Amino acid sequence: MLEPKEIEARLEQILLKVERPGRYVGGEINSVIKDWNENQAKVALVFPDIYDIGISNVGLKILYDQINQREDALAERAYAPWPDMEARLRERGIPLYSLESKHALRSFDLIGFSLPYETLYTNTLNILDLAGIPVRSSERGESDPIIIAGGHAATNPEPMHAFIDAFVIGEGEEVIHEIINVILTMRGSRKSAPEEHSAGGARFRPRKGAGRYAQSARATQPAPNSIRNDILKALAKIPGVYVPKYYKVHYMDDGTVARVESLMDGIANPVLKRIVAQLPPPPTRFIVPNIEVVHNRVSVEIMRGCTRGCRFCQAGMITRPVRERSVDEIVEAAEAAIRATGFEELALISLSSSNFSYVVELVNKVSERFKGRKLTISLPSLRIESVSIDLMDKLREHYSGGFTLAPEAATERMRRIINKFIPDEDIINTTREIYRRGWTTIKLYFMIGHPSETLEDVQAIADLCKRVISEGRKVAGMKVKLHAGVSTFVPKPQTPFQWVSVDTRESILAKQKLLKHELKDRNIKLSWTEPEDTLLEAWLTRGDRRMAEVIYSAWKNGTKFDAWNEHRKIQAWLEAFAQQGLDPAFYTHRPRRADEVFPWDHISAAVRKNFLFQDFRQSLEGKIRVDCRLNCFACGILPTFANVRRENPGETWKCPEVKSPAHNKQIPVINHQLPMAGD
Amino acid sequence: MRLRITFSKTGALRYIGHLDLNTIWERAARRAELPLAYTQGFHPQPKMKFASALPLGFSSRCEMVDVWINEDVDLSSLSTPLQNMMPAGIGILSIQSVDERAPALQTQIRSAEYEVVVTEAMDKVHLKQKIEEVMASAFLPRQRRGKSYDLRPLIEKLELTAKDQIHMRLSAREGATGRPEEVLSVLEIPIEQVSIERIGLIFQN
Repeated sequence: MLEPKEIEARLEQILLKVERPGRYVGGEINSVIKDWNENQAKVALVFPDIYDIGISNVGLKILYDQINQREDALAERAYAPWPDMEARLRERGIPLYSLESKHALRSFDLIGFSLPYETLYTNTLNILDLAGIPVRSSERGESDPIIIAGGHAATNPEPMHAFIDAFVIGEGEEVIHEIINVILTMRGSRKSAPEEHSAGGARFRPRKGAGRYAQSARATQPAPNSIRNDILKALAKIPGVYVPKYYKVHYMDDGTVARVESLMDGIANPVLKRIVAQLPPPPTRFIVPNIEVVHNRVSVEIMRGCTRGCRFCQAGMITRPVRERSVDEIVEAAEAAIRATGFEELALISLSSSNFSYVVELVNKVSERFKGRKLTISLPSLRIESVSIDLMDKLREHYSGGFTLAPEAATERMRRIINKFIPDEDIINTTREIYRRGWTTIKLYFMIGHPSETLEDVQAIADLCKRVISEGRKVAGMKVKLHAGVSTFVPKPQTPFQWVSVDTRESILAKQKLLKHELKDRNIKLSWTEPEDTLLEAWLTRGDRRMAEVIYSAWKNGTKFDAWNEHRKIQAWLEAFAQQGLDPAFYTHRPRRADEVFPWDHISAAVRKNFLFQDFRQSLEGKIRVDCRLNCFACGILPTFANVRRENPGETWKCPEVKSPAHNKQIPVINHQLPMAGD
Repeated sequence: MRLRITFSKTGALRYIGHLDLNTIWERAARRAELPLAYTQGFHPQPKMKFASALPLGFSSRCEMVDVWINEDVDLSSLSTPLQNMMPAGIGILSIQSVDERAPALQTQIRSAEYEVVVTEAMDKVHLKQKIEEVMASAFLPRQRRGKSYDLRPLIEKLELTAKDQIHMRLSAREGATGRPEEVLSVLEIPIEQVSIERIGLIFQN
């Protein structure tokens, strides 16, 4: 394997030939470089998109801190090289390396991928290949790192089951330590184990043409009693860790899942997500990039989870329960982070700022604390109401951008269906007031493709936008601007809409055509999602294990950076489906039986399938459900985590308190009864 | 108060361009809690002016920046905190106070000196001969970004040192800036085979 010195020497030869070489050299303020020694567990944290995007990821930052705080472990970082750099790396035989110590990724014990969205899958395969690590789990040997992944996309890990050794389901702050402990305990003998692959740098061969490692060239399945297998077995027993190879999927004749069988005793089925009872102190020593990146800012998470219950929103379903931080903790963390980084922006992040119990107090304190300091403060995800304008007014000194609101739908019928009920008049009154107080640009987010949507519902989006702007003109003149961001709905796993089909390409195009035709006002800017991107996301998020081969073929066909417009290669994906003999419509356009077993049913976010189905039924009847802080709808979180809640009474959780003593240590975790159509 | 800071730029920072260097300085100054002065207007920016942009890939031991601050500070107590807040690769060499009304560094710069280390084996005799040819020539027509220009008047000095390094002094006046890589190209030395360091900035007076 190439030593860091050799990697650095080879990099010198290529860095001036690539765009923005600062992406590939590390050396940032607050990055942590520890001495590399025999005794630590070495973890490479990878965000599989370019540096410019990955550097700001808060999830990885939390893990980076958690790991580097340990004396017996170190964490370093890597990102996806842009194609110009990838070509040079392959040409010079430089394996992908960590930015801190320039060690080849292959010399780490553990590689952790962050997968917040599905369009990072092909990049993940490409990064493994660039690191000289077999892309398929089954082909990895004793000397290869253990590959783990987590993030919202792991809500349905099945499409990536063939490439990731172990998934973390849910929140990583605690479980990462348990994983590292397993590595430290079990790898002792792994180090002395002989390398069963060719030794040294010969391991990484530059790619010639499109010829990546052939599957057949690596018949290196570890022996059943290998240390690698021992580690994976131990990982599989950690609550919240899913090791796909110890589960077998049985299918029905129609191609849907019949059941998922555990192949080993002592492993969970379903695998229940992990949560932390209290949010640990937020990270403050953010890494300060030496180059301009997408988000140059400090982010402080003010609250995790959401109680609003929007039916399309996966994050709102899978990050329950709501846990809040105290105002003081947030303000002090923001102050410490600004001092430690010198950043010019502070973002106070959550799924719904307006729902933070002390949002007014928070804004008062933050604006007071940072008065007169040149700092932009953003508070995204505000409700459409006058209170939000008052909040933004207080941050005015610190805010230069527009005002963003997300009505999501424009007819009463549709708002009832998606459970985000905001009357037109509230939208008009709020936006008019925003313009009146001097903001010239408002951004409104909508979605098309909601269940049972018609062209009339789409027309209503255009009508509402026009009304917003004409009301705005009455109070603020012709300078008012509106940006309508209209994305397309994807029915995500573990949501009430998981039974729903994706809108067809033709129907999406017709709806977008209508919007483009209607919204020609020069002060209205319309943006939308290409139907191809929506379909790709839908295939990947709804896929079963067979989708893994489609991903593999698509990567072989040259797809990567699927989240980037300029890299969109829908044809390569369609060919990949054809090569695997699978019909993409099976995943996205098939009516679902009420009792269908979904590929992700053995992964649990602790929200019961019954609850989701009831909520889906209510949606069909146009029934809305209020914020569950006002009325608990028994989604499943409380019975599942009753003990945790009991041990953490009071205000931090927004679920009702559990006061009764535990009758039975064995908590009936998940009600896995299948809902029936007449339920 | 107007501070004039001389600093070095080496290591990973060689791969950071000039605009990004600006931001690095702003953030380091904020981390060190320097009372930065800001420009007026809708988008206030810290008042900071560099002498001369250093091309990507070069190291330097003589970069200069003027930084305006709102309060007078003790210069001797400034260097350590500022150095501690810099990313690896920037070394604070000196901090002076200059007259607020002094002309901008950028308008005063005349020439820049560079030292080039050739990392691959080279034919010294041939190189010496090429250098002599260049210095003896009256006219060195070059093309850059589709425009032709004469490189020769921009070369003030060019020699091979006792340590086998190429030493050059090039014009750095506004609108008449000599580029070391252009000189190397005339000398037929591939850019991948050298490391270039800026070793001196020469100002008017």
